[in-house]
Amino acid sequence: MTLADYLPIALMFVLGVGFASVAMYFSWRIAPKKPTPEKLAPYECGIVPLQEPAQRFPVKFYMVAMLFVIFDVEIIFLFAWAVRFDQFGWAGIAAVGIFVALLIETLVYVWKRGALDWNVARRARYRRVVAPERVQEEAA
Amino acid sequence: MTAETVVFVIFALAALAGALTMVTARNPVYSAMGLLTTMFSIAVFFVLNDAHFVAAVHVLIYAGAVMTLFLFVIMLIGVDKAEDIRESIPFQRPMAVVLGAGLFVLVLVAGRASWVTGTRAVEEGGALGTIENVADELFGVWLLPFEATVLLLTIAAVGTIALAQFLDKPRELAAAREAEIAPGHEDEERAE
Amino acid sequence: MTGWETLLTAAIKVAVAFALLLSLTIVLVWFERKIVADMQNRLGPTRAGPYGMLQTVADGVKLLFKESVTPRRVEFALYIAAPIAALVPALLIFLVIPIGRPFTLGDRVIDLAGTDLNVAVLYVLALSSLAVYAVVLAGWSSGSKYPLLGAVRASAQMISYEAAMGLALVPVILFTGTTSIRAIVDAQAGEFLSFLGIWNIVLVPSFLIFFIAGVAETNRAPFDLVEAESEIVGGYHTEYSGFRFALFFLAEYINIFNISALTTTLFLGGWHGPTFGAPEWLAWVFPIVWFFVKTVALVFVFVWIRASLPRMRYDQLMQFGWKRLIPLTLVWIILSTVAIGFRRFGAPWG
Repeated sequence: MTLADYLPIALMFVLGVGFASVAMYFSWRIAPKKPTPEKLAPYECGIVPLQEPAQRFPVKFYMVAMLFVIFDVEIIFLFAWAVRFDQFGWAGIAAVGIFVALLIETLVYVWKRGALDWNVARRARYRRVVAPERVQEEAA
Repeated sequence: MTAETVVFVIFALAALAGALTMVTARNPVYSAMGLLTTMFSIAVFFVLNDAHFVAAVHVLIYAGAVMTLFLFVIMLIGVDKAEDIRESIPFQRPMAVVLGAGLFVLVLVAGRASWVTGTRAVEEGGALGTIENVADELFGVWLLPFEATVLLLTIAAVGTIALAQFLDKPRELAAAREAEIAPGHEDEERAE
Repeated sequence: MTGWETLLTAAIKVAVAFALLLSLTIVLVWFERKIVADMQNRLGPTRAGPYGMLQTVADGVKLLFKESVTPRRVEFALYIAAPIAALVPALLIFLVIPIGRPFTLGDRVIDLAGTDLNVAVLYVLALSSLAVYAVVLAGWSSGSKYPLLGAVRASAQMISYEAAMGLALVPVILFTGTTSIRAIVDAQAGEFLSFLGIWNIVLVPSFLIFFIAGVAETNRAPFDLVEAESEIVGGYHTEYSGFRFALFFLAEYINIFNISALTTTLFLGGWHGPTFGAPEWLAWVFPIVWFFVKTVALVFVFVWIRASLPRMRYDQLMQFGWKRLIPLTLVWIILSTVAIGFRRFGAPWG
């Protein structure tokens, strides 16, 4: 494999960016432009926007991204081992078996701690028992 | 001038521009985009050194997974929030200069020496970073560090839970699981 | 091969691939609308062209002439970069998929694929993880509620199912011992009717998981919560109009084709198929036909799923990914590893 194998990729990148930019520019040039304050407001199905958009994500998404990093690293290791499967034989299977078993354990831990629960009712159940003061605060 | 040199110069400039954007941008989302450019350029450097596997991994892990995590964290905190700009670490700026100079010297020294990983970074014959070679090293010589990696990943998961979940004791969690919800009240709780 | 020849070959390949993808999108959109209409007892597009085939072209031209509204609160640089970031990874993924067998021109062999990387499988995964940025940036830079909510949902969904997708490919690589897509296709070559033992379809769980994850990765029904109109309007591209929206639409359909083509290539033997003893000058046509027949069949499954299944709820979606699909994939990796290990090395105690 040489640098020439990446040439089509580079060309396609340039072509894609070029096509998208030129098409958007062309469309902007020929299309009508009649901005009105209503049209330029954030779209809320016709209702006048009352609140700013939320600027914060729930923390759940952070956990999903972290789990994704963990599993991505695992995928890389498994791919590397899979192409050399024949050379390492049962020793390789044992080594990777330990690795995968420990990752399953991680997944079980995260699961049992409720990090994979997206159901509001189920999470509310934890909250009522563990942090009753929080529930009262939110009710107030 | 060979094609390699041209590609290197283009992406070296892109990497530097990305790094500058990352440091100077006012808005953290633009900083993240600058870092993404740098990550991508580094992947191109790996390709230039015949390390195709490492290049793909670099895009997949760093530009893909880790940068997505960064973006989530930036948005988690709230991008437009007025920031507390007091510097809490004393002598922050002089220290940054000293540490930066130290890192620069370290890079210069490490670039000349081979003691960092025990092998020379570039050998004759090329084809060093292919997936087969990486696998041979990883599962042959470096098997124990490889197994240790999974502990690192576990620690990362545990740390995430510790940071993000307010539930902290397994016993309380078990109690929570056992706590009954009267049927038909689920909607009420969802409304919460 | 001289430098100019390399450049010319690459340029022709890229131009053909690009034209192919654009025209395929036009056909696929029509195909989907017609099929869904049939399944729902409607007529679907009938006016533009024979059987309404030119409807997509008409829609595209219309979008070109429509006003591109730029809402007041957008972060313009990122807002305009997001449609480009959606389109480019979709175009790039297609380059590593071989659509027919290599043919000889003079004394040179030309692959019917954009390029052949020996890390092609990783390349595909890397690009589909870059596709997440288009969604996040579009949602965030719009400065509006619904796009942001849609983007958060979509990006978490895409990364979750991408993990399942990558894990589902581990048995395939075990089975064929390579990450080059061309080599994976070559490993599936075989005679007519013996293909069932040779195609990677023997890894049925991997095939199913990969395809399900692919449907979720492209944000299609029943995983299309991103565009749950009743809850969050159009999702991350709510604030996009005119041709900026058309680019997102284009990227979505190219991605559907890519996922179907990848499934064909990795599990259904790629372009391999019987040539019915055709003479050599005609035989090169059959692989291309087989490739498109298999791929369009999978696109049909996409449409069929969309017409049949109701949309999932978001908590169901995430729990299905993390609590069902990924554990299942991990168990399947262990089972298939042990099975292949027994077949290749014998019992570890013997």
